[in-house]
Amino acid sequence: MKKLLNTLFVSTPDVYVSLDGENIVVKKDSESLGRYPLHNLESICIFGYAGISPAFMGACVDRNIAITFITKNGRYLARVIGETRGNVVLRKEQYRISDDERRSALVSRNFIIGKIYNSKWILERATRDYPLRLDVEKIKAVSISLSQSMRAVRTVEELDTLRGVEGNAAVQYNSVFNDLILQQKDHFFFNGRNKRPPLDNVNALLSFTYTLLSNDMKSALEAVGLDAYVGFLHRDRPGRASLALDMMEELRSVYADRFVISLINKKVINHKGFYKKENGAVIMDDDTRKKVITAWQERKQEKIHHPFLDEKISWGLVPYAQALLLARFIRGDLDEYPPFFWK
Amino acid sequence: MLILITYDVSTTSAEGKKRLQKVSKKCLDYGQRVQNSVFECILDSTQLRQIKYQLENIINKETDSLRFYNLGDKYKSKVEHIGARESYDSEGTLFL
Repeated sequence: MKKLLNTLFVSTPDVYVSLDGENIVVKKDSESLGRYPLHNLESICIFGYAGISPAFMGACVDRNIAITFITKNGRYLARVIGETRGNVVLRKEQYRISDDERRSALVSRNFIIGKIYNSKWILERATRDYPLRLDVEKIKAVSISLSQSMRAVRTVEELDTLRGVEGNAAVQYNSVFNDLILQQKDHFFFNGRNKRPPLDNVNALLSFTYTLLSNDMKSALEAVGLDAYVGFLHRDRPGRASLALDMMEELRSVYADRFVISLINKKVINHKGFYKKENGAVIMDDDTRKKVITAWQERKQEKIHHPFLDEKISWGLVPYAQALLLARFIRGDLDEYPPFFWK
Repeated sequence: MLILITYDVSTTSAEGKKRLQKVSKKCLDYGQRVQNSVFECILDSTQLRQIKYQLENIINKETDSLRFYNLGDKYKSKVEHIGARESYDSEGTLFL
């Protein structure tokens, strides 16, 4: 398995990012703020409107380092993509599957099984860890209904039916999501998902972490030679990385939701770091964003056991491992795509 | 793994000064400068061989010397810093 390399986050405003030899140099008013050798990095996230030199972009494209531009609020802006390389045969097969609704449904089924399974285990784990603080009966009931959805998914062969089952499962899961928040309940609550803009603190955190996760997913897909923009469950829409969204389904709950809940429950962040704009949008301040990213990076370093590969890898490599398995399935080396089952 | 690279390049001649420049620039490509002629680099074994080879070709073995210290993967407990010029942790969160 490849080594998890580091990600550099640039959030200081008005900086210029440039190349010097094999180094990235970040300058502010011609004074250097930092320099890092490129071989330790696998992606660079730039917040706000920093300038960046074309020579530097070129160097990153050559070395497969992803550069992502994100606004201060965590909305995705753009990404630097070089020449498409890699396996054409693989990508053409991906397009063929995407064009065939039935085949798409068969792959998507596995994404959704992974998603429901992981959501279920988050709930199960919560009831085990905090039996006295949670309404165990209510959560167990949801868990049982998720098991039923999972059974229903197994035989689905149509995308629309699949979406129906998935939607139901999501509603079920969301209905108890708020119960998992055990601390700072006055300021952090979940009454359903809202986005663009997120209207409460929890949704702001979720949106931001989904952006971080989707960046990792997009880079992982491209690293194995797949087209992140051609999906199976999510259909084509210009500018939408549908396949990355498909692949995120199974990771959303274990990777992002659980991360957000632990930030709140461990009081890594507090409500003072959030403010509301006139239009109701909730935004994090710089300090909180920094804390979230630091915690995110630490989470990525944590080791887990990958159930299918039967290997110890860091959390940060899970998107890459799943992309690799998807590529193997498309190539025909695996009979089915094995979703990531967390436990 | 963390590799500590230190060098001594004789600068009595103009040529020596040129070599010194080249060596320091090459080291900078692979790691961070923690003191004037001391570099800490996070490398894999391929990269280590690469830099060794490249540096060997720059220096003059009669007058200059190079030292590579391999501090392994668990280097964090082996390095202590006192005084000015704080370094960054290349495997921690990089934030600017």
